[in-house]
Amino acid sequence: MFYYLSRRIIAMIPVLFGITLISFFIINLAPGEPTDMQVELNPRITPEIIEKLRKHYDLDKPIHVRYIKWLKNLATLDFGKSLTPDGRNVMDKIKERIPLTITINLISMFIIIIFSIPLGVFVSTHRGTIRERLTTMLSFFFYSIPSFWLAIVLIMVFGVYLGWLPVSGLKSLHYGSLSSVQKFFDLAKHLLLPILVASVGGIAAFSRYVSSNFDDVIKQEYILLARAKGIPERVILKKHALKNALIPVITILGLSVPGLISGSVIFESIFALPGMGQLLYQSVMARDYPTIMGMLVITSFLTLIGNLLADIGYMIADPRIKYR
Amino acid sequence: MRETFFQQVLKRFNARKSSVISLFIIISLILLSFAGPIFLPYSPDEINVDAILLPPSTLHWFGTDALGRDVFTRIVYGGRISLLVGFVAEGIAVIIGLILGSISGYYGGKVDSVIMRFADIMLCFPTFFLILSVITFLEPNIWNIMIVIGLTGWMQIARLVRGEFLTLREREFVLYEKVLGSSNFYIIFKHILPNALNPVIVSAAFGIAGAILTESALSFLGLGVQPPIPSWGNILTSGKDMMEAAWWLSVFPGLFIFVSILCYNLVGEGLKEALNPKYYK
Amino acid sequence: MRTTIFFLCFVMFFACKADKPVSVSNKSGNLKPDYGDMLIEGSIGDASNLIPFLASDSASHQVADLVYNGLVKYDENLRIVGDLAESFTVSKDGMKIVFKLRKGVKWHDGKELTADDCEFTYKLITNPETPTPYSGDFVMVKNAYAKDKYTFVVEYKEPFAPAISSWGVSIVPKHLLEGQDVTKSPLQRSPIGTGPFIFKSWQQGEKIELKYNDEYFEGRPYLNGVVFRVIPDMATMFLELKSENVDFSALTPVQYERQANTKKITEKFNKYKYLAFAYTYFGFNLKKDLFKDVRVRKAIAYAIDKKEIIKGVLLGLGEEATGPYKPDMEWYNGNVERYEFNPEYAKKLLAEAGYEDRDGDGVLEKNGKPLRFTVLTNQGNDARIKTAEIIQRRLKNVGIDMKILVLEWAAFIKEFVSKRRFDALILGWTIPQDPDLFDIWHSSKMDARGLNHYSYSNPEVDRLLELGRKTVDKEKRRKIYFKVQEILADDVPCVFLYVPYALPVVHKRFRGVSPMPAGIAYNKYKWGVPRIEQKY
Repeated sequence: MFYYLSRRIIAMIPVLFGITLISFFIINLAPGEPTDMQVELNPRITPEIIEKLRKHYDLDKPIHVRYIKWLKNLATLDFGKSLTPDGRNVMDKIKERIPLTITINLISMFIIIIFSIPLGVFVSTHRGTIRERLTTMLSFFFYSIPSFWLAIVLIMVFGVYLGWLPVSGLKSLHYGSLSSVQKFFDLAKHLLLPILVASVGGIAAFSRYVSSNFDDVIKQEYILLARAKGIPERVILKKHALKNALIPVITILGLSVPGLISGSVIFESIFALPGMGQLLYQSVMARDYPTIMGMLVITSFLTLIGNLLADIGYMIADPRIKYR
Repeated sequence: MRETFFQQVLKRFNARKSSVISLFIIISLILLSFAGPIFLPYSPDEINVDAILLPPSTLHWFGTDALGRDVFTRIVYGGRISLLVGFVAEGIAVIIGLILGSISGYYGGKVDSVIMRFADIMLCFPTFFLILSVITFLEPNIWNIMIVIGLTGWMQIARLVRGEFLTLREREFVLYEKVLGSSNFYIIFKHILPNALNPVIVSAAFGIAGAILTESALSFLGLGVQPPIPSWGNILTSGKDMMEAAWWLSVFPGLFIFVSILCYNLVGEGLKEALNPKYYK
Repeated sequence: MRTTIFFLCFVMFFACKADKPVSVSNKSGNLKPDYGDMLIEGSIGDASNLIPFLASDSASHQVADLVYNGLVKYDENLRIVGDLAESFTVSKDGMKIVFKLRKGVKWHDGKELTADDCEFTYKLITNPETPTPYSGDFVMVKNAYAKDKYTFVVEYKEPFAPAISSWGVSIVPKHLLEGQDVTKSPLQRSPIGTGPFIFKSWQQGEKIELKYNDEYFEGRPYLNGVVFRVIPDMATMFLELKSENVDFSALTPVQYERQANTKKITEKFNKYKYLAFAYTYFGFNLKKDLFKDVRVRKAIAYAIDKKEIIKGVLLGLGEEATGPYKPDMEWYNGNVERYEFNPEYAKKLLAEAGYEDRDGDGVLEKNGKPLRFTVLTNQGNDARIKTAEIIQRRLKNVGIDMKILVLEWAAFIKEFVSKRRFDALILGWTIPQDPDLFDIWHSSKMDARGLNHYSYSNPEVDRLLELGRKTVDKEKRRKIYFKVQEILADDVPCVFLYVPYALPVVHKRFRGVSPMPAGIAYNKYKWGVPRIEQKY
């Protein structure tokens, strides 16, 4: 197993390399250049100014030269400078946004797991009852609500009408003057609705996976055998069925990292949160190549880690799987 | 032999009322969206600036939109896009995912590594970034959008199938077949695939729902189907900034999305049980 | 999200200044403003760079406007007045400007501003190493220098009428930027200017805070501070407004007409409206055979119902455009062909041009080629997309089949507009205060990088535009541009559609908000709140 893991980790390097190579070329081939955003439709632009800007951003050099330069910088963890007018270090730009996105996603992932597993088991063990039907309907209802819609409705209810929670943003205006405990509660209040919105769809989806797998597992021979042996139902469900039912769920969990990050663009923009999703969207729209590349490297890395964890989860959950 | 299997499936599917009703609803929604022109009094792009944002009435059942078009008519027509997007996009994803996932999971080793690394690379791209690149390359029409959603959606299925294969190929009945000298092809299709299909169907049903929602997310970002073609997603999005002033622009398309997602999933559920003989041994 | 894409529509809301604005409900009490309180302004995009000439987005300029000063500025009536310059004189031939600076103006770090700073700013902007989109403003300058500590002189190669307005550019401190790479300067993130407000902090993507400048040369502002909050979503913006977390923001027409009439809003906010400095147009690619015949272009102009568009897209909150100026400007010539909606006449014109529907499919054709084309517009601008939908419907009625293609901004500009790969497009221009139209309508701007997207070429217009730039006398200039508008209306290189209203709302506790031709934001630094109403 140790051998397998170390091989997996080494195998991540070519994957990361492949990702950077492909994305660098896709990004650069996409129509439009970062300078366009600054100069197009500005009446006072001369061709010289455009050349000047392009030169400033190295856009006059051929693409492979730029890629190699980018790779060299990457070796020292330098993602380069943003091509938007702010010209900041990409690392700085990402660094200030990563904690928020990771916090929201980790918490919502946790909430999703906590709620979806019991919910899924409940649905599976109560098939055919009215309570199950209701739960299923409800979970579909929440799944099919677009996140922007849910977000706005929640803001209207809790932010505007009831006034219990802030409407949007990350911190209150007087945040600086608060004690650290108050700061924590201020942040928590601001993040409550975004986390809720980020979790709701996930809970619905994951509980479906859990219940569906549970259905299958519970009909397997070894469960029937266990029943026949007279092992108490609770023990069967907990010890044998659940563990096996969770295997495919682990895969999906590992897969949801990039989705969570790019999916956050919608609720981040509605809740006016300065997270990674918004940055990625803005960067793509502005053709800010270094920032896009930096974000892709980081999300890729997180995804690969997620997949690796999922595979380890597999091994723990099902020792029968052999790894050569 | 084949036909009887098919008949069995049909019989088992018919036994589940909720799935049958769901299938009926989906088919009628599709039929309605294509047969709509015959009986609808309005055309979906009949603009009337004197009837902007009218609330639901007997004249306009679901009210009118920001250009005075009849929302009910637009929802009926929008079904063409929204119902199709899910179906086609997920169809592409399932086919690719099944093929690559089975090969990967069954053979393992180098083949598995290559396919899974490729899936990893694909997964690391935020989907909407890929969609964006493709849309800027190609014309942003509905077929391109469906293909892109499909091409970016197979990885999950592939990994699921592979995961099932990894477990199943070590199972006694597969090992037994191997000892007997059965061909790989036979083993995959006869023994493993049917057993691996379960999570795929559930995932596919969700995928369809996901594709419908992706379409509405794309509309939210302004990258969906071209105007004036209506889709549930873009009607819903158009209501975003005026939820209080025009609730009907959000509620009705949302309701249709909900119902279709629910139905697709119930059909998936029925199919799963009908196809999987394990339940009826 | 969507910074630049929204730039043009964004400009409509914030950056515009306008003539004869209408105050919808401005009941200012008798209370006088006192020192204190803060203004919370909502902004859909974050600023990018606070050295203003390095950025082209309006969010950056909004902030920079309060932190920096230019030599001159537009006053509430859109006249150019001195800002850092106490006075300025333009020589009779228009080739030389002499600025006399105010004495004792201090940078926020305490040093005094001198003419050297102005000279340095000029050199920095025109330095080829500086990545600024604004150096084009200064290509006509022959020489710009500090004559003495308080005198700054600019000489031009030839008379250049728009010259004086270009000196509204923010003057930056020499002592902090000299000898440095401006793109690495910390001033991009924490600017030091001479303006009424001092930069305090910037939380990326969240907010920018400014505090009052006690030593401002016009006296300290009433407000203790201004906060720009980034709220990328217009729906959220309105909800923030409703809960009074934002004091100043712009509304969409639907919000203004349908949602802002509730007691909750009208009790707390004053609504304003004034014509924005921007217009939307339907432009032809004159290189396409289809549009070479002026009768086809005129037919399309007659087939479009501008009133319907204003009603449908802006809920009536706009005016018909007839040329590249807005109706309440002194340069505006309303006496041109207006192309009142007349589908019958449009059909007649098309028939004259040889188009008829032979195969009965509802689309006219000529020599077997149907009258069919695609109009392009950019994603992210709802108003333009709706406009396209309305026009599509109207053109269908006269037998023209128009397809709509909405494209993402960068691709739209780069692949289609700049390369002239389009039949027609719906886009908007901002209307600068200076009437110069050279860059958009002169035939020398037809090349790929030029802004003459229509490939419009008329020797008479070229001549007039060249003359207009050199004419300093206002009356003569006016006549020139009046003539240009007449020719443009007759040639129909594009159909001018509408000028929208800017629709800002301001919390009622602020006093000193007075709608003028320049809009309301021109004197933001003079707003204040009476003590008993102060909130922060």
